[in-house]
Formats: sequence, C-alpha cells, structure tokens
Amino acid sequence: MTTTSAPTSRAAALAGLRDISPIILGMAPFGLLAGVAALEAGLPAWGASVYSVFVFAGAAQLAALELLGQGAAWPVVVGTILVINARFTMYSASLATAMAAEPARRRAGMAFFLTDQAYATTMARLADEPGLVHRFAYYMGGAVSLGLFWQAYTVVGTVAGSAIPDDVPIGFAIPLVFAGLLVPAVTDRPTLAAAVASGVVATAAAGLPANLGLLLAVATGVGVGYGVSRRAGAPA
Amino acid sequence: MTAAAWLAAIIGGLGTFLERWSFLAVADRTAGLPEPVREALRMIPAAAMAALVAPAVLRGSAGGDGLLDLWDARLPAAVLGMLAMWRWRNVLAAITVGMAVLLGLEAIT
Repeated sequence: MTTTSAPTSRAAALAGLRDISPIILGMAPFGLLAGVAALEAGLPAWGASVYSVFVFAGAAQLAALELLGQGAAWPVVVGTILVINARFTMYSASLATAMAAEPARRRAGMAFFLTDQAYATTMARLADEPGLVHRFAYYMGGAVSLGLFWQAYTVVGTVAGSAIPDDVPIGFAIPLVFAGLLVPAVTDRPTLAAAVASGVVATAAAGLPANLGLLLAVATGVGVGYGVSRRAGAPA
Repeated sequence: MTAAAWLAAIIGGLGTFLERWSFLAVADRTAGLPEPVREALRMIPAAAMAALVAPAVLRGSAGGDGLLDLWDARLPAAVLGMLAMWRWRNVLAAITVGMAVLLGLEAIT
C-alpha cells in the first residue's frame, strides 16, 4: 500500500490523537493511582508530578513509590525502575526498524514519549498501513497527548485520589486495549506463535517480581515465533 | 521530598530514557541489520501485546488469589473485545464491547 489516509503531517498527528484517545480515557484510573501512590509513599503532591515527568511509566512509578514508602535505598528503587522499564528497549528495537528514515533529533523525541500505548497504536497502524508517510507526526500526535494527560491524571489523583471507587472494574479497560491491539499485530503463523507462547509464559510467570515475567514472556515469544518462521522456510 | 526520592526519580528517569532511546538512537543503521534479526524483531509487537494482556485476563482480578481462572468473565470479555477489533479495527469498539460483556456477565452471576 503506497497511498496514505493522512496526506499531511497535521492530518497524521490528528489521526494519532484520534486513535489513542480511547486509550487515554481508559488509563485514567491508572493515572490517578500514580498520584495517590505518591501521597501514600509520603511524597508531597508535586513529587507525584516529578515522577510522572522523569519516569513517565505507570507500572515503574507505582513500584518505585511503593518501595520508597517502605524506606528502600535509592539504588534498589532505581534498579526496580530499570528492570520494569527494560521492555522499552525491545519496543525501541522494534520501532527503530520502522523509523530508520527519521532524523536523529526526531528519534530522541520519540524515545522520550515512548509508552506501551504509543508503541502499540503506532505498530497497529503501520500493520494496517505500511506506507504511512507521516509516521513521526502520527506517533507524536498520540504519544505527546498521552503524556500530557498522564501529567493531568497524576495531579488530579493527588487532589481527588481517595474519592476513586474501588469496586468498579474500569481498570480492565487497559488489558482490553492491548487485547484489541494484539489483533493487527498477529499477521501470520510466526506472529501467532509468538503471541501464544508469550501469553502462556506471561500468565505462568505473573508472580515474578518487577515485571520480570513480562520480559521472559516477550523473549520466549520472539524465540518461538522466530523458530516457526525458520521452520516454515522463507518468511511471509 | 527526600534525597532518596529525588535520586530515584532523576537516575531512574534518566536510565528509563536511555532504555527508550537505545535502539532508536541507532535506527539509521538498522537498515543494514541481517534478515534473521529483522525477522526476530518482527515478532515483538505480537509477543509484547500478548504478555500485557494474558495475565490480566487469565489470572482474574488483581485483588484475587492470582490463580488461573478460566471461568472469570474477563476471558469472554477479552475474546469478544478482540472480535470487535477484528471486525471494526477500532480500539474504542474493543473497549466498549469488552467492558459491556464484563459488566453484563458480572451483573448476572
């Protein structure tokens, strides 16, 4: 496919924003929690924003704040953050193949705003539209919007956190987003094998600390998918 | 904010940026990557999405016992959400259908 549904960079940025907006809504409870967790760890409200700007990754922020609340030493907290966020290295490698033609400064900007959601939406879009011309604008339109909302949710969480009801299963919107984005990611037998193997390992290893199960799962999935691809001979 | 909290935020944040930047920083050289490496990288989106979703669906609520639970309403909710995505190629449709199934099944059980 060489045509594109977004003929200008402005249209592409808006398309990126449109595609990520339901995800931004769905992550609201998670973002509020990042604010609440900071208060519970004994940080001032603005400390929550410091974490959302510097670390900008929900799971790592929650784990870091939990550890700080327990009085952990800072190198332990840093180590936990880096292990939980190690998945970004894999996203970075995957995204790099799609963004090789972009200038270095743009790639640094993309890196700062790299999240599970921005990565997933962009790869889903590129799977449906491999010829997307303004892919940098598409990515940033979604990724930067998500970042701004993440900051806003954090602030709201520090102000209104205790008012969030516990019994509404709205948190399941986040797994549903990734379930949805799994669909365009599975394009052939090797990618299907990668998804199944990764899902099985992630479920079995969910009890491991610091998201290690996720790293193990993705590594296994890549290995199994690659193996299926080689056994099938030439890749599709 | 304590010194430990500042150090963890700044060094943890800097390290996280380096993780995010790692391969994007050298992306202009990825065109020369050998085909087997590119084929392996092609598996990452499917593997990553599956790893993010499977435990949340198959091990029940985060507040539960964390055991494998195939009878939880989350499994049909996720499957129908994926079908909605397949049919309409729209994440909002996946969330809407999935949450409707989850809330509906939890209301009648």
